[in-house]
Amino acid sequence: MYHYDKYDHQMLADRVAQFRDQTDRYLDGKLSDAEFLPLRLQNGLYVQRMAPMLRIAVPYGLLSSTQLRKLAYIAREYDKGYGHFTTRQNIQFNWPALEDVPDLLADLAEVEMHAIQTSGNCIRNTTTDQFAGVAADELEDSRPWCEIIRQWSTFHPEFAYLPRKFKIAVCGTKVDQAATQVHDIGIYLIEGPERQVGFRILAGGGLGRTPMIGQTVFEFVEKPDLLTALEAILRVYNREGRRDNKYKARIKILVKELGIEAFRKKACAEWERIKGGPQTLTDQEIERCKSYFVDPPYDDLPDAPDTLTSALKENLLFASWYSQNVRPHRKTGYGIVTLCFKETGVAPGDITDRQLDYLAELADHYSFGEVRITHEQNIVLADVRQDQLFELWRKLSAASLATANLNLMTDIICCPGGDFCALANAKSIPIAESIQREFPSQEELTDIGELDINISGCMNACGHHHVGNIGILGVDKKGEEFYQLSLGGSSKHDASLGKIIGPAFAQEEIPSVIRRIVDVYREHRQEGEAFLATYRRIGMDPFKEKVYAKAD
Amino acid sequence: MQRLIKNGELVNDPWTLLREATGPEILKIVPGKNFIVPLRFWKLYRSDMDDYAGAFGIWLDSQETVGDIGEEMHKFPVIALNFPVFSDGRAYTNARELREFYKYEGEVRAIGDVLRDQLFYMMRCGFDAFEIRHDQEPEACLKAFADFQTGYQASIDQPQPLFRRR
Repeated sequence: MYHYDKYDHQMLADRVAQFRDQTDRYLDGKLSDAEFLPLRLQNGLYVQRMAPMLRIAVPYGLLSSTQLRKLAYIAREYDKGYGHFTTRQNIQFNWPALEDVPDLLADLAEVEMHAIQTSGNCIRNTTTDQFAGVAADELEDSRPWCEIIRQWSTFHPEFAYLPRKFKIAVCGTKVDQAATQVHDIGIYLIEGPERQVGFRILAGGGLGRTPMIGQTVFEFVEKPDLLTALEAILRVYNREGRRDNKYKARIKILVKELGIEAFRKKACAEWERIKGGPQTLTDQEIERCKSYFVDPPYDDLPDAPDTLTSALKENLLFASWYSQNVRPHRKTGYGIVTLCFKETGVAPGDITDRQLDYLAELADHYSFGEVRITHEQNIVLADVRQDQLFELWRKLSAASLATANLNLMTDIICCPGGDFCALANAKSIPIAESIQREFPSQEELTDIGELDINISGCMNACGHHHVGNIGILGVDKKGEEFYQLSLGGSSKHDASLGKIIGPAFAQEEIPSVIRRIVDVYREHRQEGEAFLATYRRIGMDPFKEKVYAKAD
Repeated sequence: MQRLIKNGELVNDPWTLLREATGPEILKIVPGKNFIVPLRFWKLYRSDMDDYAGAFGIWLDSQETVGDIGEEMHKFPVIALNFPVFSDGRAYTNARELREFYKYEGEVRAIGDVLRDQLFYMMRCGFDAFEIRHDQEPEACLKAFADFQTGYQASIDQPQPLFRRR
């Protein structure tokens, strides 16, 4: 992973000192609430329902065991002993006191971490595929590119006061794990006309109140031109994005109002002015960033060693976990393990200080000291020897981390919701829990197969409900919490937005409604057909009929 | 009290900012001043300005763009860019455009809601004069230019991005 040099360290130290001074001035009454607001937000600090909430950046989801241990320490020292992994590969703490935050940031800086630009109307943490660098279907590792974008976007003086927040995702794999098309800018690594690798750049995707799929601005961008192309898009947006209405301020609205053709024309005109300028990447810089993401010292090992195959035959629980949670690795003899943190009764994404420490230990022992956070709020050990999988699984089982529901319907994406978040209309965590309780049988879950359920507590859509195969949105009706369901969303390469099925439901109806939806799917599915494919084939009507049928 | 920072120092302001778009009669009432006038004033009363004894600068509001002045900008010794609120970031782009594309070499002044905590980024985008808001402590503001020792990106104060320097 990337390591800071003296420049990175210096900038981070400067930032901590700056924020300490700003916090002091705020506490002294020299900075008003309104003036402190964007300053604290650009340091990840919200003032929430119960206490401040601090969002810490995990650049493109990568964490070392040293960083995990520091996060565990922070959970203990500054919080009530736990943190929350978000849908944008970051981690949040819900209980730090405002006056302690500068110290907390100084602690983080020791392990090359920070909360810079994790909130506010600026360029946020760049996200990517959690399997970057190890996926078997990868064109090129996206992480060096994320790091290049991270550095360019960090403290960018021109784009710190954009009309609204701005999120960038990069994807280098065939299966899009990064929800690339619903970002303000989505970047795909692709092969160009002469088979050279470059980028296709999309803009205008997003969720929230007005969900949209991104459209292509630049069909093919050569590697050295990446930053100037991004800068051109940002400049058009900074100048022309709407500032009169917060709900119409995202770039997706600008792209929609101008039309993609007109937007592209403006972006191209800006690009022409800066293309080839100093911001053009040098081979040396590209190589420098790539040098941090080389293979760890793998051993030469065969695929499917005896220790694995015999354990798979003898232990059905292990076999079930293996088939659901272990993916093929680019390197023979290794596997990619996803630890699913979606145990029934625990809020999706929540993790205790002990679990963080334990993860660090597992990472050191089994995966070269690194883990990755996924936008589905799970954790990946990316480089596990196949002959150690069984041993790892036994340890995970003992620690209740071996839930074998990855990508199954109880692997729910969920925002913190009304229990924690000041913006939420409705609770979301108890909804996730009620669905998990409705489907306790592993056998049944495996039979139902891949089904993404996404839950958001309000239309800000932090739980990405629009792109869930089943999306659930909390709405407020005259002070009561109701839930609106949509079907058919997807965040993959075939991205689509879900369609609302009909009138909203009360909280207690949700488990039985989900049950009926699943019943319709099982009734209509063809051999090997996942939920989304069946829905796309048969459409909304059969689901609607069953869900709203009067009880006999 | 001095409220203008130029090249890192507090200085007296030789300019008078004409905030409101008044008519050209102002030029008759106060002769021999140095005025910074709104863009619209210049567009409407150019001939009156030609006959005036004092000097002129122009100020742009945040929804106006540098392209609205065009190449004639070079004859103005100062161009001021307004921040109606500090969180409106359009003037940063205007400042960069002045310096980067038009190679404007006069004074680029920040006016309006100009606060201590935004000065550093303003400087990086090409502002070299700052008319700070009435309640800002001038001494504290002077420190803002040292908030960071360097930055990653190419900028007006450092045209080479860090990756070409490290």
